[in-house]
Amino acid sequence: MQRGTAALLRCARFLGELQPRRISSLETARCFSGAAMQAQPSAPEGYDGTAELKRMNLFTAVNDALHIALDTDPNSYIFGEDVSFGGVFRCTTGLAERFGRHRVFNTPLCEQGIIGFGIGLAAMGSRAIAEIQFADYIFPAFDQIVNEAAKCRYRSGNQFDCGGLTIRTPYGAVGHGGHYHSQSPEAFFTHVPGLKVVVPRSPSKAKGLLLASIRDRNPTVFFEPKGLYRMAVEEVPIGDYETELGRAEVLREGSDVTVVGWGAQMLVLERACDAVEKEGVSCELIDLQTLLPWDVDTVAASVSKTGRLVISHEAPITSGFGAEIAAKIAERSFLKLEAPVARVCGLDTPFPLVFEPFYLPTESKVADAIMHTVSF
Amino acid sequence: MALRLVSARMGPFLRQRTLAAAAALAQQRGFAAAASDDEKLTVTVPVPFKTHKIDPPSQEVETSKAELLGFFTDMYKMRRMEIAADGLYKSKFIRGFCHLYDGQEAVCVGMEAALNYDDAIITAYRDHCTHLGRGGTVLEVMAELMGHRDGCSQGKGGSMHMYNKQHNFYGGNGIVGAQVPLGVGVAFGQKYNKLPNVTVAMYGDGAANQGQLFEALNIAALWNLPCLFTCENNHYGMGTAEWRSAKSPAYYARGDYVPGIKVDGMDALAVKQAFKFGKEYALQNGPLMLEMDTYRYHGHSMSDPGSTYRTRDEISGIRQERDPIERIRKLILSLELATAADLKAIEKESKREVDEAVDAAKSSPQPEEKLLYDHIHSGTPANFQIYGADRQHVTVKL
Ligand SMILES: Cc1ncc(C[n+]2csc(CCOP(=O)(O)OP(=O)(O)O)c2C)c(N)n1
Ligand SMILES: [Mg+2]
Repeated sequence: MQRGTAALLRCARFLGELQPRRISSLETARCFSGAAMQAQPSAPEGYDGTAELKRMNLFTAVNDALHIALDTDPNSYIFGEDVSFGGVFRCTTGLAERFGRHRVFNTPLCEQGIIGFGIGLAAMGSRAIAEIQFADYIFPAFDQIVNEAAKCRYRSGNQFDCGGLTIRTPYGAVGHGGHYHSQSPEAFFTHVPGLKVVVPRSPSKAKGLLLASIRDRNPTVFFEPKGLYRMAVEEVPIGDYETELGRAEVLREGSDVTVVGWGAQMLVLERACDAVEKEGVSCELIDLQTLLPWDVDTVAASVSKTGRLVISHEAPITSGFGAEIAAKIAERSFLKLEAPVARVCGLDTPFPLVFEPFYLPTESKVADAIMHTVSF
Repeated sequence: MALRLVSARMGPFLRQRTLAAAAALAQQRGFAAAASDDEKLTVTVPVPFKTHKIDPPSQEVETSKAELLGFFTDMYKMRRMEIAADGLYKSKFIRGFCHLYDGQEAVCVGMEAALNYDDAIITAYRDHCTHLGRGGTVLEVMAELMGHRDGCSQGKGGSMHMYNKQHNFYGGNGIVGAQVPLGVGVAFGQKYNKLPNVTVAMYGDGAANQGQLFEALNIAALWNLPCLFTCENNHYGMGTAEWRSAKSPAYYARGDYVPGIKVDGMDALAVKQAFKFGKEYALQNGPLMLEMDTYRYHGHSMSDPGSTYRTRDEISGIRQERDPIERIRKLILSLELATAADLKAIEKESKREVDEAVDAAKSSPQPEEKLLYDHIHSGTPANFQIYGADRQHVTVKL
């Protein structure tokens, strides 16, 4: 009886979020409306506490990292569609002026060519930093990434590699992007041994993780949360630092349930954790940061403590990266689990133009999944 | 079937309406006697066709009063519609990605004048006017832009995804270049089924650098498919001028072994002539490349002011010297086919039509919620699930 009422309440909350409304107000249903986000204050790795801090949004932090990357390695290059003009999200502003058009250059509109070119350039020992304008446009280059970049080292018996290749690409929902400006294709790439896949959640992480990706000796796909480019603002250390790849970060410690995500979804998860904490649920929130290779130990240790796991991502649920995490944790922490692993993800539909909030794993969907998991 | 044939023969869109409107006007004004609507007129188009491995079509183009008034009416309506879309975007009735076609209207109307609805068209995301050209209504476009139910794709596609199956419009496509191989497949279908029709595969000067275009071209040439590879060269791909991204911006000649024609894409009559010639050629010989030298007045999309990578002088110069609507207006007036006042009346009527469509589109409801998870597969997959707020209690199992 009680349970029925609770379920009804939860439905009501959900439906309230989805009242049909004008497109212009759809965005208010998005997670990052309102004031600029203040990301977690934890100090970035490699940051010794003495460097000066500067307030930056996420695209400026990316821009800052790219300046440092080009400054510290004369054999590094940035290329992609319109990058020498600053790119559609302004991430490459000022780089061509500073480093010259022979190091920061526009390519024709040809994603497969861009990435193939980048692999060759990286095979010469250069750092090739390619931009794919939207993650939705990475698929023409999928073959080059999967069949060439990822296998280059393995099939040549380590004679060649394209470890200097980094592919930056903006991903995720923005409120009205529709089918081809919203997708989160990270899971396709986590299925490919030889690649690294990285997704930052905030300006300081974007800077540290991007510098680490550029310098890592493996081809890396770096997904930038485009919804946060302007929205997310925080104090970012000026100067050079790297955030270690392959390591998750525990954003808040808790005892009842482990909540795992990455990228822009972290903001939604934070709000969901705030909401359920008001109802007395203690959440341990983890940002995976790197999806390939992912930090199993940190997540497994957390689940051993809480006994419960909720995973959330924007990509469709089926074969999303959440499935891998769920399977691995079932294997590693089977005897510790007190509830089934829950996934709160995008629906198994193409990314819709209308009804975006129906599709998205919104704050209340996540909160409800957490409540259900802790009361299982 | 009979109906379909009739509609096909009627050719370009709204011809019926246009004719009726023009005739009514003519009668009112009492100049019907001067030239009957369908009497043949011959106009010499000023810009010669440039060609690659083929003899050019004649610069003498046959037309009629009805056709010219039709061009004027249709292009004017397209222009009004795009300007209305711009306004609706600014007032947030339209969100997301929206690419306007104003400036390029002559390509659309000239092409349709040489084709019928059994010929197929496939294009990229700058597709609002292409939809009108295929016989669609302003309401269908406007409602689609707003994501409303009366849109031509039920509000599910938005700006980049206009479709009209009945009139063989294979749509607006979002991935640059991806539509071109699809068009070649459609052309194969036409040839295999021995249809007397061609496919127009349209792409931009930016898209012209995508590799899949050349794969498709080779296939089409290898199998002599009736495909018109039509490059709408508006000289910019987003902020990139053609010369920055193409070693050879002579897009009509980039098919190498496939012949090509460069056309003044701001002149509806030249476009018509090229497509008329092209259709006959392609049916007999296989693919042909048509480069339309055209211009977009607006920025690439709504977030692009369109003035950072080109000068305002360039834009206003083209408006003054090459505007496709003004060109036809001048022609009509110089041939005394209608008076300036008649044309004003047509403009007024177009404005009214667009305004009405905008109102209707605004009050069109959002798509039904179930459309979110409809049309993903044919039939309903057995295990398809949508979950609600409470994963246990509001799961919709289809
Ligand atoms: C595969 C792919 N890459 C990039 C984009 C982003 N994009 C959309 S339109 C465009 C420019 C295309 O220019 P052009 O082909 O000349 O067409 P126009 O916009 O001028 O009509 C770009 C880069 C995309 N939609 N798809
Ligand atoms: Mg163009």
